Amino acid sequence: MTSDRNRLSGPLADPTADAGYPDTHPPRMGFFTDTSVCIGCKACQVACKEWNLVPAETGELDLLGQSFDNTGALSANNWRHVAFIEQTVTPDRPPVDLGMPAIGPPAGDASDAGDGQVRWLMSSDVCKHCTHAACLDVCPTGSLFRTEFGTVVVQEDICNGCGYCVPACPYGVIDIRPGDGRAFKCTLCYDRLGAGREPACAQACPTDSIQFGPLEELRERADLRVTELHERGVDEARLYGRDPQDGVGGDGAFFLLLDEPEVYGLPPDPVVTTRDLPSMWRHAATAAVGVAVSVALSFLERGALERRKP
Amino acid sequence: MTGGGERERSMVPRAEFRSYYGRPILKRPTWKVPDVPGYLFLGGTAGASATMAAVAELTGRRELAGAGRWVAAGASVAGVAALVHDLGRPERFAHMLRVLKPTSPLSVGSWILAPFSTLATASAASQATGRLPGLGRFAGFGSGVLGPAMCTYTAVLLSDTAVPAWHEAYPELPYVFAGSALTGAAGAALLCAPRADHGPPIRMGLLGTAMELAALHRVERRLGLVGEPYVTGRPGRLLTLSKALVVAGAGLSLVSGRRAAPLLAGGAYLAAGLCTRFGIFAAGIASAQDPVYVVTPQRQGLGAAGLP
Amino acid sequence: MAECHPVGFQWVVEARERGATIIHVDPRFTRTSALADVHVPLRAGTDIAFLGALINHVLSNDKDFREYVVAYTNAPAILREDFADTEDLDGLFSGFDPDSHHYETTSWMYEGARASAAAGDRDRWPASGDEGGPGAADRQHGGGELRETGRAHSYGAGGPALSGKPAMDPTLRHPRCVYQVLKRHFARYTPELVEDVCGVPRELFTRVADAITANSGRERTTALCYSVGWTQHTVGVQYIRTAAILQALLGNIGRPGGGILALRGHASIQGSTDVPTLYDLLPGYIPMPHAHQHQDLDAFVAADAGTTGFWGNMRAYVVSLLKAWWGEAADEENDYRFDWLPRLTGDHGTYRTVLNQLSGECKGYFLVGENPAVGSANSKLQRLGLANLDWLVVRDLRLIESATFWQDGPEIETGELRTEEIPTEVFFLPAAAHTEKDGSFTNTQRLLQWHHAAVEPPGDARSDLWFYHHLGRIIREKLAGSTDPRDRPLLDLTWDYPTSGPLAEPSADAVLAEINGHGQDGQPLSSFTQLRDDGSTSCGVWIYCGVRADGHNRAANRRPRDEQSRVAPDWGWAWPANRRILYNRASADPEGRPWSERKRYVWWDAEQGRWTGEDVPDCEADKPPDYRPPPGARAQDALAGTDPFIMQSDGRAWLFAPAGLADGPLPAHYEPYESPVDNPLYGQQTNPALQAYDHPANRYHPAGSEVYPYAFTTYRLTEHHTAGGMSRTLPYLSELQPEFFCEVSPELAAERGLEHLGWATITTARTAVEARVLVTERIRPLRIRGRTIHQVGLPYHWGPNGLSKGDAANELLSVVLDPNVRIQESKAATCDIQPGRRPRGPALRAHVAAYRRRAGLNEDEGTPPGAGEGQR
Repeated sequence: MTSDRNRLSGPLADPTADAGYPDTHPPRMGFFTDTSVCIGCKACQVACKEWNLVPAETGELDLLGQSFDNTGALSANNWRHVAFIEQTVTPDRPPVDLGMPAIGPPAGDASDAGDGQVRWLMSSDVCKHCTHAACLDVCPTGSLFRTEFGTVVVQEDICNGCGYCVPACPYGVIDIRPGDGRAFKCTLCYDRLGAGREPACAQACPTDSIQFGPLEELRERADLRVTELHERGVDEARLYGRDPQDGVGGDGAFFLLLDEPEVYGLPPDPVVTTRDLPSMWRHAATAAVGVAVSVALSFLERGALERRKP
Repeated sequence: MTGGGERERSMVPRAEFRSYYGRPILKRPTWKVPDVPGYLFLGGTAGASATMAAVAELTGRRELAGAGRWVAAGASVAGVAALVHDLGRPERFAHMLRVLKPTSPLSVGSWILAPFSTLATASAASQATGRLPGLGRFAGFGSGVLGPAMCTYTAVLLSDTAVPAWHEAYPELPYVFAGSALTGAAGAALLCAPRADHGPPIRMGLLGTAMELAALHRVERRLGLVGEPYVTGRPGRLLTLSKALVVAGAGLSLVSGRRAAPLLAGGAYLAAGLCTRFGIFAAGIASAQDPVYVVTPQRQGLGAAGLP
Repeated sequence: MAECHPVGFQWVVEARERGATIIHVDPRFTRTSALADVHVPLRAGTDIAFLGALINHVLSNDKDFREYVVAYTNAPAILREDFADTEDLDGLFSGFDPDSHHYETTSWMYEGARASAAAGDRDRWPASGDEGGPGAADRQHGGGELRETGRAHSYGAGGPALSGKPAMDPTLRHPRCVYQVLKRHFARYTPELVEDVCGVPRELFTRVADAITANSGRERTTALCYSVGWTQHTVGVQYIRTAAILQALLGNIGRPGGGILALRGHASIQGSTDVPTLYDLLPGYIPMPHAHQHQDLDAFVAADAGTTGFWGNMRAYVVSLLKAWWGEAADEENDYRFDWLPRLTGDHGTYRTVLNQLSGECKGYFLVGENPAVGSANSKLQRLGLANLDWLVVRDLRLIESATFWQDGPEIETGELRTEEIPTEVFFLPAAAHTEKDGSFTNTQRLLQWHHAAVEPPGDARSDLWFYHHLGRIIREKLAGSTDPRDRPLLDLTWDYPTSGPLAEPSADAVLAEINGHGQDGQPLSSFTQLRDDGSTSCGVWIYCGVRADGHNRAANRRPRDEQSRVAPDWGWAWPANRRILYNRASADPEGRPWSERKRYVWWDAEQGRWTGEDVPDCEADKPPDYRPPPGARAQDALAGTDPFIMQSDGRAWLFAPAGLADGPLPAHYEPYESPVDNPLYGQQTNPALQAYDHPANRYHPAGSEVYPYAFTTYRLTEHHTAGGMSRTLPYLSELQPEFFCEVSPELAAERGLEHLGWATITTARTAVEARVLVTERIRPLRIRGRTIHQVGLPYHWGPNGLSKGDAANELLSVVLDPNVRIQESKAATCDIQPGRRPRGPALRAHVAAYRRRAGLNEDEGTPPGAGEGQR
């Protein structure tokens, strides 16, 4: 039962081997995005689009008014997305998200706001390449698959656009591309990895906010980094998606954040939906039996069987 | 009842939560309306009808069995058409059968739907042409065996997502769909089958009504904040209407001596089935669109932290 | 820096990770501020007050690096008795002529030294281009009566030459020594003043002052980085001067981790001043000769002959340049064809040229990678100039606004211009991008980095090298056989670059070879010290000599940083002589020992009898620290072994500039030309020597105008490039910042009823533009002079063409210039802002005119009441 459980959720040391690759497969590769050094230059977004020939936004361009973020979220056409969060920070109090400013004087006590220091968080979001990837699990065609690097990739020639991966993703990453009909997301530059190169976003990142490498190594580096930041008094630094014990068995792309995940548009404690799949099937089976029994009961009447005889 | 949503809403304490400019965390499911909720209805109706037809065949209710076959065949063919139309690349519909993946309810469902619809269609075709009657009967029994699975696998299809309202309702949703499938098949039979055969469908409808109402009630009570979309807004109104219709259908089905009563009952059952599927579908969309349904429950320990 | 130089900013981040404190001083909270330890929001245009207070903090608390200051700066030099400071003259220095608004600078000289600003002698045309004014003709052609105008560029990489040694007081106690003058000059630049002028709370200022001083000295160094935001002021040059004084006092020049790093606005702007594209310079900062001053080579270099420092070799540099251009045709007999060089007759700067276009003097214009129709201050003035030409050549990647203004410019909409009446014939010639051609970039640290063509340019696009080479080739073919003497300079040019490929692309390497230079044997030179004034050497850019030593293109060196020392000499090639830190002799003490082990860089190795260390020493390698120049020594021989600033004629860093500047030997805080407040320091409100142009399309606001009550500043965003010609047509960049917006504080939004994401109309006396509103706490209202001052932030990338569109922020600006280098004041001005979109068509003119009337700006005469005192 344990092994079955770990195929769907919980810690899984080697998802690549679990997917059937021989022991000689390369180590699991991933991203560690250290948002404490992100400068919001969006080079990752552009490099990703350039390399992967991801289409630009279609239709009228519009200002979103979400600080300097005019992308909004990850999507089929945005495989990297830099979030910008403006906050006022008053010592000894949690940061106040400024959100969408409205007309009128600033909310709350004006003198309060004046004392606060502005804090501007930036973070480059990407597909998490989960240990237990719901998108992959639910894909009916086998288009989504786990690569030898432990990453999760859509095969464009297989995907038939059923869209199941879209609501399955607990992070809201994968999406159907309008006008194309198929699902797209970050491939962790599968083609570049195959050629021994690092993904385009990581290579373009000027401050090494996006670090690429073997996941084990990245996790060690991230642990050191968070300790270092804590020693420096950055108590709010925390890792997100690093823990193999979490709801998706740990992310292949994980983050160092400076505030709660939801502030960055990330789910605070996501669970791969297939964790509950065995239970779901059991309920469905019971209900199906219920249908059969109900139908049968409905025909229970005197002479029901006699009538069958000619 | 429109005010009900607000009243019920206030019953659930809305904890303070933070988000990224109020944007949804999850992607809006891309499944099309009416294709997918329509299929949920058609598949359930077809499944229960096929099972009913098979039992009717066994119990000698030939005409009821015939009507059930027609409904099962027609609804499953329409359902397949709706599903293919929903695909981003419809020409690749056959890719659904490339693999069989137990972890993918859609894959499992495809492997249920494909034989089911084939058998249901074959049995109806045999019935219509009179050819290969033995095979036709066999196909009818086959579709009847697959029928219950057709009714409930779609609940897993919805639940096996990150959509809070769908996922959290996974223990109840199969029963909602099962009940609704029973009333749907009963409704179709009340419309199509001769009056003499109305006994079984009437009883099916009553059982289905009870099952659906009980399961829906549990969804609304148990889920707390995540259940909110089921009782508020458009999905809340649809489900309220569904409950009213199914009760009306059950009541009308018991009225005797009125010619129109079975027809009205059948219509009410079918309309209720549509309202249930569209309502549940819409509730899921609503819960995916508002980050509160993702953040607050996960903060309250329903996420990974709540793992046993 | 993170906004405009994200790639360079990685080193700031790395420094921060290694424990450096990052302080960001900027009117708005930017991506740089987000990563900084301290953000100091200040009012745009008040940096001299801020930096001056830092200087005062250093001086009044004895925080200067005294040994460095005494040995390596001119702090001990004693000034003349007739020098008078701004403290004495309420904001003016001695020598100001209120009629011409120019300084006569003799009184700024050291006592005992002759006022012999070498390049200045060659440079006596008036700073003002005000030809209409009385006496203009005299100033242009007046010979000996010309005022010293101090064109900073014409002093090249060094300063003006001095002759004679100044009197020095190493104890720094003499009341007229530079140190004491400096102390008195900045005495009133206090934290309280910073609070009053800049809006920076004194606690915050103190925090910055403590951090900088604690991090400077023997063991530590502090670096200052600035972008063009510092330069684009009517006191832009003095901004940099203030920074230089601070860094010299703290001993932060010529040492690792120190310096003042200028972040240029474009990939090779440094290269374009080195080689150069500036009208008043020849390659390598050799001044452009003047038509009436420099009749022959001897007269041209006379001022430098016999002077001290490396500029003493200027004749060798000039002769080698002339040999590079005219080869065999240039020899001793014909003065190396010095008379074939173009000559200056006055101000030919870009803004002067626009006025000349308007007056009809300038009839043809080349625009190469420049988009003045949206990118230059007062864009309308620019377009009116372009619309008054006979012909215009535009070379750019895309059809920029400067190429299409005649059909869809704002003046067509307002009815001020009609397409069929514009005489300008526009030739658009598409240009190749840097990935489509070979060549080099020279970045801000003087580093040449070679790039190789990756793809052929598309369609008709061609490299600039291709364009000029073939233009020259065709002109020379047309002139072939001409006997007209005026054609000789063209026909005798060494125009022999080999071409290759289907496009006949000239060899960039051949150009680099010409730049590097060669000796009589044709072999590449390896150092500018090999250059001779006898015609035996040829060198296109003397400071670049050695980039192709041994025939190897060192700009293409790319050894990774982890495979070489921290100085990384094998990445690219830095001029001069691949030296990574200029004046690095200052990293050692006068005896040649490192100031500290922690900060050792180059030092004197007594055993070897040579300078050694991690970098190429910035002095003659075998000149011992105890070398003292014999009487009569010239050029570098006249500098002592303790003089690190070898391009300066006295070998010292100048805290006080005795010559070379048009607006004062010391920086003083003057308000921007358009300021919301008065100057609390002096009666003199603005830079007395600034250059303003009155034109009906270039009206100025009075100071403290209630009609234009808000300050605004312009800037760039990471997502776009300058005026957008290279980014607004690219979908991947356009979607990241899709349209023009303005940034305002919540307080200003409340005051004016501006809605987030709504529209705002921003109005100046020039015109009005509309922008979407971003309300953000990143812009803070400041308390200045007892009032709340609001600042409006305007990124200037937009224009009407391309995918990402919007009005151009530069439309709002006036043309008012720094007197030294004639850069426009585009970082501080005033405006009004109101909710809603701007009027369209002729209604826009009426809207702007109504504002002008309310402000009392006469429609016919441009002089703003109360703001023009003594400035024109």
